[in-house]
Amino acid sequence: MTKILQVKDLELSFHTFAGEVKAIRGVNFDLIKGETLAIVGESGSGKSVTTKSIMRLLPQSSAEYKNGEILFEGKDLTKVSEKTMQKIRGKDISMIFQDPMTSLNPTMTIGKQIMEPILKHQKLSKSKALEQTINLLNLVGIPNAESRYKMYPHQFSGGQRQRIVIAIALACNPKILIADEPTTALDVTIQAQILELMKEIQKKIDTSIIFITHDLGVVANVADRVAVMYGGKIVEIGTVDEIFYNPQHPYTWGLLSSMPSMDLADQKLYAIPGTPPDLLNPPKGDAFALRSEYAMKIDMERQPPFFKVSDTHYAATWLLHPQAPEVEPPAVIIERMKTFPGSRYYVEQTGGNA
Amino acid sequence: MRNEFEHEQLPQEEFERITIDSDQAERIEKPSLSFWQDAWLRLRKNKAAVVSVVVLLLFLILALIGPHLNGHAGDAQNLRHANLPPKIPGIEKMGIFDGVGNLAGKKVDLYEMKKVDEYYWFGTDGLGRDLFTRLWLGTQVSLFIAFVAAAIDMVIGVAYGGISGYYGGRTDDIMQRIVEILIGIPTLVVVILMIMIMDPGIMAIIIAISITGWIGMSRIVRAQTLKYKSQEFVLASRTLGSKDGKIITKHLLPNMLGIIIINTMFTIPNAIFFEAFLSFIGIGLQAPDASLGTLINDGYKVMEHQPYMLLFPALVISILMIAFNLIGDGLRDALDPKMKD
Amino acid sequence: MVKYIGKRIVYMFITLFLIATVSFFLMQSLPGSPIASYSKLNETQRAIVEKKYGIDKPKPVQYAIYMKNLAKGDLGTSFAFKGKSVNDLLASRIKPSLILGAQAMVFGTLVGILLGMLAALKQNTFWDYGSTFFAILGISIPSFVFASLLQYWIASQWHLLPVGLWNDGWKSSVLPSLALAMGPLALSARFIRTEMIEVLSSDYITLAKAKGANGFEIAFKHAFRNALIPLITVLGPLAAGLVTGSLVVEQIFAIPGIGEQFVSSIMVNDHATIMGTTLLFSAFLIFIIFIVDILYGVIDPRIRLSGGKG
Repeated sequence: MTKILQVKDLELSFHTFAGEVKAIRGVNFDLIKGETLAIVGESGSGKSVTTKSIMRLLPQSSAEYKNGEILFEGKDLTKVSEKTMQKIRGKDISMIFQDPMTSLNPTMTIGKQIMEPILKHQKLSKSKALEQTINLLNLVGIPNAESRYKMYPHQFSGGQRQRIVIAIALACNPKILIADEPTTALDVTIQAQILELMKEIQKKIDTSIIFITHDLGVVANVADRVAVMYGGKIVEIGTVDEIFYNPQHPYTWGLLSSMPSMDLADQKLYAIPGTPPDLLNPPKGDAFALRSEYAMKIDMERQPPFFKVSDTHYAATWLLHPQAPEVEPPAVIIERMKTFPGSRYYVEQTGGNA
Repeated sequence: MRNEFEHEQLPQEEFERITIDSDQAERIEKPSLSFWQDAWLRLRKNKAAVVSVVVLLLFLILALIGPHLNGHAGDAQNLRHANLPPKIPGIEKMGIFDGVGNLAGKKVDLYEMKKVDEYYWFGTDGLGRDLFTRLWLGTQVSLFIAFVAAAIDMVIGVAYGGISGYYGGRTDDIMQRIVEILIGIPTLVVVILMIMIMDPGIMAIIIAISITGWIGMSRIVRAQTLKYKSQEFVLASRTLGSKDGKIITKHLLPNMLGIIIINTMFTIPNAIFFEAFLSFIGIGLQAPDASLGTLINDGYKVMEHQPYMLLFPALVISILMIAFNLIGDGLRDALDPKMKD
Repeated sequence: MVKYIGKRIVYMFITLFLIATVSFFLMQSLPGSPIASYSKLNETQRAIVEKKYGIDKPKPVQYAIYMKNLAKGDLGTSFAFKGKSVNDLLASRIKPSLILGAQAMVFGTLVGILLGMLAALKQNTFWDYGSTFFAILGISIPSFVFASLLQYWIASQWHLLPVGLWNDGWKSSVLPSLALAMGPLALSARFIRTEMIEVLSSDYITLAKAKGANGFEIAFKHAFRNALIPLITVLGPLAAGLVTGSLVVEQIFAIPGIGEQFVSSIMVNDHATIMGTTLLFSAFLIFIIFIVDILYGVIDPRIRLSGGKG
């Protein structure tokens, strides 16, 4: 259990014409070597900003690190020089973006684009780098790599382009791979292929992955642990089983309830009411309280701290305070909790079905 | 993970359940602005554009009242008062605009020498005409030509592009073949040929400038019409039985208005330029009419000895062009939803 | 692609043919006689001259003869420069115009690109505002105003460079080239700035950063080429602006080029020369637009194989 990356009390703001947008308001998490951590949340919850801030890819003119640190190999990435950062990017930490149609340079051959980080960080000869490029293309499943590395991005399909982007990210065997909604812009069938590819690669090169998505189906498929973000904060974090079968935060309940499920076909699909908080003027207390049917007086006044559920599972909601009244989660959630040993609704399965 | 696991004791009433009004959660934080209100707010933030609007208004007012300000008529010739340098009451004591000019290489107060008591704020030309009056008369003419030419371009361009794009099919085919050929003909060549066969004058210049000027607008309007007419809201309106006329005026034009305005804002300085250009090479307005172009031409000829004759019209045309371009830029930024944050 | 080029070439010739036809008949309807400069001719002498230039024949016959000659590349005989062919006249004058045009184009676009890059890379700083302001000046101030001011200050007042004429080697070409360069400079600076800013905010630039590329590599290896390619599309308007500018700038600096000669032929109603020059300008500009379209297809790999946009 080596912690490869530690994010501590990270706070980050954007300065815009309208004022200061507090996009990240105190985020804490660790990334363990070899694991896949999924960060889920709706648009504007700060999940993308969090990862971009790890890579320091946010516009320097408007983004400001207000507090906290990002520890990687003993260095605080919020403080190191831009030059050091350039040596880390693409070598130790690399990134896969959402839209493969726009994330490749249209006027550069894909071979050159893959070779760029190899030449830059590994100081290989051109022919060695080319050899490695072709290996990478084979690895990510681009057929005829020997002839196709000379082609331009527009000559590939969307799924193939995402494979190429993955090849770029893998070029230097990164310790951390950040995937920012890598399958959102793709067809469902292609999505599955890309996810399979990522899982395979992770086994081969033993990298840690931070996987950002709003698709809980994808999370269940790839993640070891899950962090749920809301309003610029992590509201619940735990192993994938803990989050899916013993969720504690009302927002996580909402997210899981709004996930269509096969065996509950007759149920009406749930939608979380309201809109995400305005981070220009973030609420004083629990950011989710306004949309929550479980809100208490204290939610309006104080931000909840993290409450420990188990050694690996924490949630930031006042409902976990010993003085809080016992509330009943939505029926769908209770159904889920019934299968999780240790949850308060757990019923011993007597039949053969898992 | 930095957590507060020791739970502090809190007053029990803090944990009372409350109900949140769901309207509260659905409340929209920002006041909703119409497209034009939003554009206006953006334009107002653009300092360069705001200053340009003020300067432009000032010049418009001066073009209208300037010729009557100092009591000299624009065409009144007075050879005794010929070639006087600028002299402005008040400022004259500061050593500029004091009526001192070059005479055979020496600095001489020409007003004193010629025994002129009147003030010619921007000096006089070789015929003794007051340049201040003529400058604003010329500005009037230049602006008039520019506005009329831009209006003609707009009307023809919108009609042509709109018809071509809206009716499509064979109409569009024929109309676009014509445009494809016209667009190949350099504007300059057309303008010069047209102006040569017509009687010189304001009308000739306007016609010459407009004869191909509408093509740019028509192409933009056609492209926009094609874009919008296939969109669902137009289809919906058609399904509900709207006639072509209603679809065009209620759905297509309002959506295109922004881009039409922007384009027109850029045709105006273009027309000012072409008028001045034609007058400068001597085939535009003919004496005794004055426009900024003819004034610059006159000034250029005597630039060596009376540089002020060139300076003032050159300044006015440059400032006008800058103002129009900046307003155009500002409008484009304000109306272009692509730039919206 | 071949089909597309073929189609464009056919269009080019149709356009030129139309321009020739229209300008021929426009010339015929001009007030004033083309041989007005041959004053003091009696009736018989006039008839002889008219016969010599072929203007005694009916209009359609004249047109047919003109078009036949034009097909052979013969632009006819100048009326004003007695007996000289328009071809010779244009040939003797093309060199200064080409030199000025090329110098202005190269200097203007290079400096413009540099200014535009600077503005985009240092967005919202003094450099950005300075170069944007400069570009607005360049777009707004008419070339003849700028040329007059250059001539007044630098040549007449400070005597740094010749006031005009084409007889002092490279020195003669500096001021007119500068005056002509303002347009291309300002246009390309503005264009490159907008393009660069758009490119710099694109996903593939973020990806390049994520690969560890430094500021220099981002700007020149990744962004520059993508921002530069669309500049080709404004080459047409740029060339048109240069031709327009050359008419006034050559006149102001008394340069024996095509532009100066065009203006003076207009003044003396030299029909054949006006037509010849008109056709030369048109052919030049039409050709530039054609080249631009082809180039765009060749340079941008996104459209290289898809066979053009037409």
